[in-house]
Amino acid sequence: MTRGITLSQAVNEAIAEEMRRDETVILIGEDVAEAGTPFKVLSGLVEEFGTDRVIDTPIAEPGFMGIAVGAAMTGLRPIVDLMFGDFLYLVMDQLCNQAAKTHYMSGGKLSVPLVLRTNLGATRRSAAQHSQSLHALVAHIPGLKVAMPSSAYEAKGLLKAAIRDDNPVVIFEDKLMYQDKAPVPEEEYLLPLGEAAILREGSEVTLIGTSSMRQVCERAAEILDGDGIGAEVIDPRTLVPLDEGTILGSVRKTSRAIVVDEGHQNFGITAEIAARISEKAFYHLDAPVIRMGAMDVPVPFSPALEDLTVPTPEGVAANARALVRGVPVHAP
Amino acid sequence: MPRDKSANSEAYLRMYRQMVRIRAFENNANQLYLNAKMPGLTHMYTGQEAVAVGICEALTDEDRITSTHRGHGHCLAKGAELRLMFCELLGKEEGYCRGKGGSMHIADQAHGNLGANAIVGGSAGIATGAALSAKRLGRNYVTVCFFGDGATAQGLWYEVMNMAALWKLPVIYACENNGYSEYTPTDEVVAGSLTARAEAFGIEAHQVDGQDVLAVNKCATELAERCRRGEGPFFIELETYRYHGHHVGDINRDYYRSKEEEARWKADRDPIDNFGKWLQSEGVAAKEELAMIDSEIGDEAAAAVKYALAAPYPDAVEVDMHVFKGVEHALPYMSGERQ
Repeated sequence: MTRGITLSQAVNEAIAEEMRRDETVILIGEDVAEAGTPFKVLSGLVEEFGTDRVIDTPIAEPGFMGIAVGAAMTGLRPIVDLMFGDFLYLVMDQLCNQAAKTHYMSGGKLSVPLVLRTNLGATRRSAAQHSQSLHALVAHIPGLKVAMPSSAYEAKGLLKAAIRDDNPVVIFEDKLMYQDKAPVPEEEYLLPLGEAAILREGSEVTLIGTSSMRQVCERAAEILDGDGIGAEVIDPRTLVPLDEGTILGSVRKTSRAIVVDEGHQNFGITAEIAARISEKAFYHLDAPVIRMGAMDVPVPFSPALEDLTVPTPEGVAANARALVRGVPVHAP
Repeated sequence: MPRDKSANSEAYLRMYRQMVRIRAFENNANQLYLNAKMPGLTHMYTGQEAVAVGICEALTDEDRITSTHRGHGHCLAKGAELRLMFCELLGKEEGYCRGKGGSMHIADQAHGNLGANAIVGGSAGIATGAALSAKRLGRNYVTVCFFGDGATAQGLWYEVMNMAALWKLPVIYACENNGYSEYTPTDEVVAGSLTARAEAFGIEAHQVDGQDVLAVNKCATELAERCRRGEGPFFIELETYRYHGHHVGDINRDYYRSKEEEARWKADRDPIDNFGKWLQSEGVAAKEELAMIDSEIGDEAAAAVKYALAAPYPDAVEVDMHVFKGVEHALPYMSGERQ
């Protein structure tokens, strides 16, 4: 049986279920207890699990991140709440120098089973320090797994898998999607890290959309349907590990690919996935692989400017049309 | 120096042996570097032995420590073996971290060592998190966070000290003040006093002569017991001295530290010499017995070096192992190959 719940409820359910199942799971971060975070994602958890397990911290991101790393090394399974993805810069040493490397540096003796939940996504009129999509930063670091749920269903299944994973996992939720509803099973389920989903089948172009850009790709596919162009939509679900098999299998079939992601385009996720396609499916391609990331400017505040910085369904559809018709997307 | 004659001489001799073992390890490590037999470089603990030994003697294997880039002393004092330590320094498979960590990352979980850390002050969070686990899981262990005076300039320590004080965590922040923050005298980088910084968070702070192993041990024993009773956290500033430069290659250092100063510390305040003299004057051990200990440990260290030099390097197949727990080889895994 399924019912429609919001992404926010899905996250809340995943955490509650895992905290009931495993006493060592704790929540730690700013305003996670009574406030339930500014997005109210964690509301109600402190009432059930108490302040011993739902731990409000001072505003000290490096500090509580470091504490979570040490707690994870010694028997707890912390879920760290980083209020905005933009604050990743504040925790980089503890996340990338400590958490990511501890298992390797210790030759496998120590491990850091923790989840860092944070968010991404622009167009919330929050300007340059509360709107970034910084998943490429952490996907670059060996030792971190990176999950990118694109709906309530993915959010719950991936988070439960992440909490049970024995490694540091960073999950980026799209803060604009917290209130989006999707069908979610009532029964328990987990989504394994490293398995992409084919959301829509098509034979002429593959649209690969992460997190917030999944919906953009699905809407683009609908537009393309009207033009008689069959687009296949793939949600990688996780960047590390990346399910190359599903992506390459689709591109070998369609011969064309557009990679859409809300991180900055330069040196980003779109470039990485495009490169893997070019390296491993080049002889199946009929057109260059196109990257569509966020515009390479700091996120502007004014709605008139901010909306220009994020890929749109119309933009994706226009590029897909050009690829299918053999028109260069980028003039030589 | 406290002169508690009722305390057992076995513990005294154990502390003496541990300090001599650290000194012997470092002398050999320095020689390996000078002979170009060690990859990379390393940071000598020589001169600071009484700090690690005095504190770790107060701890059990259940108690945790975090260590620093100058961490060989902490590792050995917490129970690490010379052979596996040398193997790690030389990048050998048998080393504590299978050669993947090296001098600055030795971890020895069996003895509660959560690892050395090459980021100055980087382990303050880990130690505090280990203390949170103890409290949350109802375990009675204490965590000691070793760091140097240089690390007190890092913001992380203040953030976690605040939380440790708020949450009354069983952690002891042990600051080894060796007078130099890398190549800079500490006076130039520390405003005010270090103990006052801890006290600002309501944390009880102590100052101890870090060259006096019994004074260190007495303070650590008391504070560890009080931590177990829920009275933590605590801060200890231990005045000590590093005999070498910042690292083994920092040889010409007259521009920041005089040879006279170094000679004075070695002559007057060497932790091993002074403790040895005290053991003799108290009748715990005769000069010859101590010389015998020195010689045995010297032989043990030489044998460990020989063993490590002959030990095999890790196989190339290991390069992408241990990136993720539960994943044998990270490279195919990250490309989506099912495990």
